[in-house]
Amino acid sequence: MKIFVCIKQVPDTETKIQISGDTPGLDSAKWIMNPYDEFAVEEALKLKAAKGGDSKVTVITLGPKKRATDALRTALAMGADEAILIDAPETTDAFATAKALAKAISDEGGADQIFTGKQSIDQNNSSVTQMLASHLGAPHALVVGKYEAGDGKVTVEREVEGGTKEVIELTGTNVVGANKGLNKPRYASLPGIMKAKKKPVKELELSALGVTDTDIKITFSDFQLPPEKPPVKMIDGEPGAQSTELVKLLREEAKVI
Amino acid sequence: MAKVFVFCEFQNGEPKKGALELLTAAKKSGNDVVALCLGEGAKEVASKLGGFGASKVLVNDSADLTTYNSEKYADVIATAITAENADIVLASGSMLAKDVFPRVGAALESGVASDCTELTINGADVVARKPLYAGKCSAQVNFQNSKHKIVLMRANQLPVDEADTGATASVEDINFEAKDLNTIVKEVVKGASEKLDLTEANIIVSGGRGMRDPEGYKILEPLAETLGATLGASRAIVDAEWVPHSYQVGQTGKTVAPTLYIACGISGAIQHLAGMTGSKVIVAINKDPEAPIFKKANYGIVGDVFEVIPKLNEEFQKVLN
Repeated sequence: MKIFVCIKQVPDTETKIQISGDTPGLDSAKWIMNPYDEFAVEEALKLKAAKGGDSKVTVITLGPKKRATDALRTALAMGADEAILIDAPETTDAFATAKALAKAISDEGGADQIFTGKQSIDQNNSSVTQMLASHLGAPHALVVGKYEAGDGKVTVEREVEGGTKEVIELTGTNVVGANKGLNKPRYASLPGIMKAKKKPVKELELSALGVTDTDIKITFSDFQLPPEKPPVKMIDGEPGAQSTELVKLLREEAKVI
Repeated sequence: MAKVFVFCEFQNGEPKKGALELLTAAKKSGNDVVALCLGEGAKEVASKLGGFGASKVLVNDSADLTTYNSEKYADVIATAITAENADIVLASGSMLAKDVFPRVGAALESGVASDCTELTINGADVVARKPLYAGKCSAQVNFQNSKHKIVLMRANQLPVDEADTGATASVEDINFEAKDLNTIVKEVVKGASEKLDLTEANIIVSGGRGMRDPEGYKILEPLAETLGATLGASRAIVDAEWVPHSYQVGQTGKTVAPTLYIACGISGAIQHLAGMTGSKVIVAINKDPEAPIFKKANYGIVGDVFEVIPKLNEEFQKVLN
């Protein structure tokens, strides 16, 4: 079984932003694998173990070569078999990313199963999973908390509004966007980390995948820090008096009740 | 005149507030406004949208579309956008819209600006702004090389005008080809709550470790009931399995933007703040005066949640009933 996992490298949440010109200034960022993608990698490894035989997990990412390879090494250390790096600038948007991933996966002979994280924590677009599926003409399921492989079909449980769950059956090659709770991602072991260094990482260029500037649909500009919040108004007194004062402020000052 | 297409979700026969926010913004732009409603009850909802600025409403009220199916929805929405040749497409960023519109965007060679908090429409052009990197900065979102410009807005960001009772919209059926589907929805298991999803909620009452245990968390329920609020939670108590993951606010949970967010016994780890600093007004109740949550709050109460929350509930009941 050919299993692909699409991952993204993102700045750690603790990273400080230092805006300079039309960039968010991430030079000093610590880069990590997008947290949701860890669930995707884990599910792929579980599926490989369940299917056995010559099943293979290929992890694939798109990003600047100088840093993005680290995220692939992390996934290889967790147990993925091989990796593909699509070298691309920071500014590659979701549309172009999905198109490049679809072509790269097709060029490898296609996938039986594709996993992604349900969204990346840097931009929160929640787009690449569905766009990738659309480019491949495949079904998708996002926010998936349970996954069960069947014969040519998979059954997933996904979360929708208000905690409601949907059970969906997807036929053929499909793209599953992992949510927290799908599994408990393993940590890379020391032998895993050593082995990862020897596993193959194939490098591809965007142009070789037929992706051009016209595939970039969205650009960012005018980065700004959030507006300063006024200092907090602390309400003193005993609980009854505090409550009376808070409700009064919410009604008369903030006007939200 | 440019054309703005607004996807309108509804609940219990009424358009959702997020849809009305976008209709209002579309109307104010001076462009022609076309709306789309899908599923059983769509016609009834369509008749109400003229008052909010739609000149035409496309509907398909087939029971086949009452339950969301990504392939069917992507197909009918793309068909409608293409038929209208819309310049700008707006939808409120519900979980449904966030699921389907990237599929539509990919099919129509169009960019999708997701999770936006500001919107400026100028003729056929649209510029949005969205928070990035856990809300630590924001950026202007620009479109290029896009047949249609698709913007998904967070709910509760824009004003809703009063309905103009004299205005009406024409209502037209929209059909689509039912193709061989690879997606079948087998079962829908309703959540315990009938309240709005966290991502759309106007008021959220959220609890953390300070609620002591799962029983302690329950004292938030009457307060949420009084306020018509949706309940939320910090990651710590989701990981401890006091409440389901669907309650989690923050990184690896939901990003919320209510008018009022009441954080109870939540210290305010950066991962939590990432999901809720877009709230208009934040109230923090915590026994630790040094808790980081107070730095992001508008109003703070240092105190025992088990003493303050019942009193607060009484006070809200007095003014709301």
